[in-house]
Amino acid sequence: MSRTALPGVAAATLVAALVAATLVAVALRAEAAAQFGPADWAAIRFTVLQAVLSAVLSVGLAIPVARALARRRFPGRRLLITLLGAPFVLPVIVAILGLLAVFGQNGLVNAALAGIGLPGIRIYGLTGVVLAHVFFNLPLAVRLILQGWVGIPAERFRLAASLGFGPSDVARLLERPMLREVVPGALLVVFLLCTTSFAVALTLGGGPRATTIELAIYQAFRFDFDLGRAALLGLAQVALTATAALVALRSAVPAAFGAGLGAPVARWDARTPLLRVQDTILVALAAAFLLTPLLLVVTRGAAGIVTLPASVWLAAGRSVAVALGSTALMLILALSIAAATLRLGRTPARLIEASGYLAVAVSPMVLGTGLFLLLFPVAGPADLALPVTMLVNAVMSLPFALRALVPALAEIERSYGRLASSLDMHGQARLRHLWLPRLRRPLGFAAGLAAALSMGDLGVVALFADPEHATLPLKLYDLMGAYRSDAAAAAAVLLLALSLGAFWIFDRGGRIDADL
Amino acid sequence: MLTFDRVEVRLGDFELVADLGVERGARVAVIGPSGAGKSTLLQAVAGFIDLTSGQIEWRRQRIDGLAPGVRPVSVVFQDQNLFPHLTAFQNVALGVDPRLRLSEVQRANVERALDRVGLGGLGERKPAHLSGGQQGRVGLARVLLRRQPILLLDEPFSALGPALKVEMLDLVSEVATETGATVLMVTHDPDDARRFAPQTVLVANGVAHPPQNTTDLLRNPPAALRTYLG
Repeated sequence: MSRTALPGVAAATLVAALVAATLVAVALRAEAAAQFGPADWAAIRFTVLQAVLSAVLSVGLAIPVARALARRRFPGRRLLITLLGAPFVLPVIVAILGLLAVFGQNGLVNAALAGIGLPGIRIYGLTGVVLAHVFFNLPLAVRLILQGWVGIPAERFRLAASLGFGPSDVARLLERPMLREVVPGALLVVFLLCTTSFAVALTLGGGPRATTIELAIYQAFRFDFDLGRAALLGLAQVALTATAALVALRSAVPAAFGAGLGAPVARWDARTPLLRVQDTILVALAAAFLLTPLLLVVTRGAAGIVTLPASVWLAAGRSVAVALGSTALMLILALSIAAATLRLGRTPARLIEASGYLAVAVSPMVLGTGLFLLLFPVAGPADLALPVTMLVNAVMSLPFALRALVPALAEIERSYGRLASSLDMHGQARLRHLWLPRLRRPLGFAAGLAAALSMGDLGVVALFADPEHATLPLKLYDLMGAYRSDAAAAAAVLLLALSLGAFWIFDRGGRIDADL
Repeated sequence: MLTFDRVEVRLGDFELVADLGVERGARVAVIGPSGAGKSTLLQAVAGFIDLTSGQIEWRRQRIDGLAPGVRPVSVVFQDQNLFPHLTAFQNVALGVDPRLRLSEVQRANVERALDRVGLGGLGERKPAHLSGGQQGRVGLARVLLRRQPILLLDEPFSALGPALKVEMLDLVSEVATETGATVLMVTHDPDDARRFAPQTVLVANGVAHPPQNTTDLLRNPPAALRTYLG
């Protein structure tokens, strides 16, 4: 084994061991526990139901929006497509605050309904959970499907026009075959993301009729301190996510990032006034659905930032530290694994890379429960809160980083590997003078993603932390629970700024001055 | 002497055998139909392809099996000879120390090599801000500085126009003279061979033939070469 492969093998082993050890800890504890009760079955059923509904609605709504974006050009189109990537780095809890401002009891929609004498809507329960999931996953689904649309060669549409195809012919002969390829993958991605939903269920769900498995684990752990039941639920969660992940892997899930979503294709079949109006309305509605909640959060909270109590700023400081730490850890793991995939044979390289993706199959709450079971004998939960959050966040963002780094590094080696080898650049010299400079863009992007995800993460930290160890998202959740809505809005703006800022700084840092 | 001792390279259906010697200091063109294995021959010397059997020796020392970076070889590739993210100076300096930690004397040597190829004062530019010919010169400055006894060129400068290519080949000639290097150059252009290399290795039908006099070979080409030259 070459020396370059060693750190990667170590990193992959570490991740695999972490996942395996937590699973074993959870399984051992679960065996000693009782059977599933009715509440547990309800949680499993609800998890699947909301994930199916969220996937179907997100993808179903995404298809017409993607079609509109694919065939229209208008000012702000590029910006809108970029913004579609934003929910991914948006703290869940901030978005929920925004959704409450629009769809909540005293929100815009209910005010409008009351104004015309109609009964209001209730956001809590299944409706709210699915609504929030559609908010997060509609943009993702639009990007995935838009890729399918721009992937249809422009020549096909030209040919279609020259043969006098109408919109229905184009749909039948060009668009539906593409959708048959793209839609199943998109459905699976959204379903998978929704099966591990925690923060959304914590804030908008709850109660016997709207509890996800992740939320049930948290409740068993935090309120009843029933570790056996938490572990049993953890196994159910792993069975569900691992199955979904395996199916997703087998059906070649499309990549959500990168790939050009550039210029719209000229479409002669879509030049009727009716279709024009339809597309305009669709794009406007989608943009309003995505932007209104965030605009409300910002306008309500921006002014309050200066008067935020010190405890919020301390929480923000902890969040920044956790985000930076988990980003650094993720980068080390990802770079080592990516480097090892180059140096090893096909099968070991795949194994190494696959272990980096293991996090997809386990959920943060399962990792958290397992780590607690493993570490409880040696440390108290509050002391563990921040290091465990850092570690879990790093492992959870590892798949995204590998997805960006592994192909990029392979391409660098294809183009410059021989030159570097002929100049005897190996080890440090190759890393510093070839890999790092040429990986700047994907590294910046991956680091930005990891930092933002960690900054906004309200998950495993909720299992462990007490007020002295709360991160900003947890603090924000406490403020919401205490009905301190002004402080909550201000804290949300701060968290939003930190998350988006972290993503922007890293991603920008990777682009500025990068010679390609 | 660079010796190919019953060398065999097999990659799937592809096969190349070579059993030949190249005199020290010789300039040899490698010519033949595409896909015959011209590049494979060079890559075997450079260390990018493992031999199936046989061995390659330089001055009676076996060099196959060594890592590419420690073979007594400089390579000029068809393209990608420079790292776009490094300056011209750094690209040349890599030939002295792959970690780019240079002493004052070494830095002065890099500057002198840049001067020698006509790039004095352009050391701080990155490749994107140099013309194609200037980029080729940066690569040759590095060859000059590394002073390796074997120089391999794989269809060099084929992206440049004919006049510029001639100019660059003349510079290669000068660099080879100054470093006393033994040169193997893959080319698809018989004019390059005539201009640059007194001797030619013909690679055809899976065999690399021993070096022959270039003028004679091209005046009186065997069947395989005749089809290729047209």
